[in-house]
Amino acid sequence: MKVLVVLLALAAPLALAAEESVRLDTAPIDPRDVASLQAGARTFVNYCLNCHSAGMMRYHKLLDLGLTEQQVKDNLLFTADKIGELMAVALTKKDAKEWFGAAPPDLSVIARARGPDWLYTYLRSFYRDSESATGWNNMVYEHVAMPHALWTLSGQQVQVERKFKNMEQAEAVGRMQRNAWKIDVLTPDQAGNDGERFILKTIRTETAGSLSQIDYDILVRDLVNFMAWMSEPNQLARKQVGYVVMLVLLVLLVLTYLLYKEFWKDVH
Amino acid sequence: MAAAEKQAVTGAGPFNGLLTWIDQRFPLMETLRSHLTEYYAPKNFNFWYYFGSLALFVLVIQIVTGIFLTMNYKPDASQAFASVEYIMREVPWGWWIRYMHSTGASFFFVCVYLHMFRAMLYGSYRKPRELLWIFGMLIFLCLMAEAFFGYLLPWGQMSYWGAQVIVNLFDAIPVIGPKLAIWIRGDFVVSDATLNRFFAYHVIAVPLALLALVVAHLIALHEVGSSNPDGVEIKNVKDPKTGKPLDGIPFHPYYTVKDTFGVVVFLVVFSVVVFFAPEAGGYFLENNNFIPADPLKTPMHIAPVWYFTPYYSILRATTEEFVLWALVPGLVAFALLIIWSVKSTATRVATGVTTIVLLLGLLTLDAKVWGVVLMGTSVMIFFLLPWLDRSPVKSIRYKGPITKAAIALFVIAFFVLGYLGTESVTGGRTLAAQIGTAVYFLFFLLMPWYSKMDKCRPEPERVTSK
Repeated sequence: MKVLVVLLALAAPLALAAEESVRLDTAPIDPRDVASLQAGARTFVNYCLNCHSAGMMRYHKLLDLGLTEQQVKDNLLFTADKIGELMAVALTKKDAKEWFGAAPPDLSVIARARGPDWLYTYLRSFYRDSESATGWNNMVYEHVAMPHALWTLSGQQVQVERKFKNMEQAEAVGRMQRNAWKIDVLTPDQAGNDGERFILKTIRTETAGSLSQIDYDILVRDLVNFMAWMSEPNQLARKQVGYVVMLVLLVLLVLTYLLYKEFWKDVH
Repeated sequence: MAAAEKQAVTGAGPFNGLLTWIDQRFPLMETLRSHLTEYYAPKNFNFWYYFGSLALFVLVIQIVTGIFLTMNYKPDASQAFASVEYIMREVPWGWWIRYMHSTGASFFFVCVYLHMFRAMLYGSYRKPRELLWIFGMLIFLCLMAEAFFGYLLPWGQMSYWGAQVIVNLFDAIPVIGPKLAIWIRGDFVVSDATLNRFFAYHVIAVPLALLALVVAHLIALHEVGSSNPDGVEIKNVKDPKTGKPLDGIPFHPYYTVKDTFGVVVFLVVFSVVVFFAPEAGGYFLENNNFIPADPLKTPMHIAPVWYFTPYYSILRATTEEFVLWALVPGLVAFALLIIWSVKSTATRVATGVTTIVLLLGLLTLDAKVWGVVLMGTSVMIFFLLPWLDRSPVKSIRYKGPITKAAIALFVIAFFVLGYLGTESVTGGRTLAAQIGTAVYFLFFLLMPWYSKMDKCRPEPERVTSK
């Protein structure tokens, strides 16, 4: 407790501005959209699986996405020889630490840890930052060690700031953004004479990539859809079994209720 | 009793012969009679009386699903996390088994809390049911231990850091604390050694104790008989001819059919969570626990699972200011209240000495120690309920306005503390938790006085039906 108080006291003057966390976009995903999941699998294997593993996921499970064994072998099986193997990665932990400063996390259940909305916003929030080691920074995850692996598709973004006098205005403009946004609030002292205390931060595309912004959003949607599916590949089966179980239980509910009432008729 | 003297079993059709053979070698029919067909339970059980049998039902779910999980789980720090995912992905129906177990853990606490609350509403712990209550409390303690040990097994970030925080609490105990914490962990930090021993506790040691206590709880219950919402003893009014309680009905078939219906209602709610919301919005399965345990990365926000949060809140509420401005004056006032109320000189002296020792402790030891003490006390204090409650009546139906208000305040404090325990700490929240802590303890500590002075209505002779 003491330590905490001391830390807080030390931290107080350091907090120059109250920084709000970024507003997450809702990921428009659908685990029943097989085409989207297949597209996501392709992006995942081509762009993510070079550094990140999905070590609890077997290639074989991709057959659930309506692919044949041959299709998986021909198009998706790069890091393993057999379809029964796990989605491992060639990159060693030691190399990863040396190159990025931190080993890239395994992505098998990342969607359950972070949530699809976070992933969807995060993958669309990289921007150029000359001060970072990789040359990239991220609106959702400040100073993230990961470089923007999809930049050839998305193009290059820069962060832009706009100042406002009140929160409502800043939020109204923020809500119109296609990209992630957040608002930093300065104290009146920091704001200076114009009184513009609310800084809306967002990103803007400076150099176009090979995809339009809409196509890039769709690509990320598919990728996140795939990762959400991969985090629990049995989720559809779970719900389907659930409907059957509920049906059986409702029948049992009626039967046991009637049985109960029948026996209790003579209790007064 | 010699075999030949026992009567042959009748009424079981083709099984009469077999049952007779067994009954002459084992007290089968006698057991069935004394615990089911001729165990007389009050006929006026209401909604609250479902949760005892439901808790037993959840215990069965946990044991059966636990057995199948153990077949595939690896209690090894380098494999545990992946083996849980292996169960979720590759073991046939593994996801179902695992979700039943993880959801069952939370529902176990739901049932047990409601079961305990029913006992508080209707005074089920009052004489002659004190020992029944104590067995129940021991079950509750075992359940908490079981949940705590089990939560480490998935080896996620919350598993790891939750265990780290709780084991470190033992560190606060003066003199022996640090050594004790190392002894519990089997290492200087939570590690593979800790995982292995927690696994042993979770799958064999605690369940064994739990089962034995459940048997003792049921034997004690059937010895003294069930209480009821009116809090009157059905044994007092018996049919002079048959000697059976007039307000009692045989447990079987009446309560077996009723509880079967209760089990199905329970299963509907349980299945909605298992199949459609197994994470229950992060309350049953925490998001952070889908990140493998990393001893080098402390999460920003460590919170226990919901069923421990009220006590965790009490722990965090115990700051130095709280000790100084609430515990010290509270202790003095309480000691004066006791000295003023009792006549025995020995009790007065004992109270005085205890108070002075506690005061010295409060003023010298770190607040963290008292946080741990208060947290422990907040659970253990339930043991004392049979002796704290001095009301002339058992049931809330006939108790006066003070008791009703006290229970209402206690429930509010319990929920507020529970909610605050899931949130991060701010100044305002700590203050709220401190008020909640005060209300929580005052409910118990002042009970001997308010339960006695409260204006109660007379109990009826016989049970009433609604």
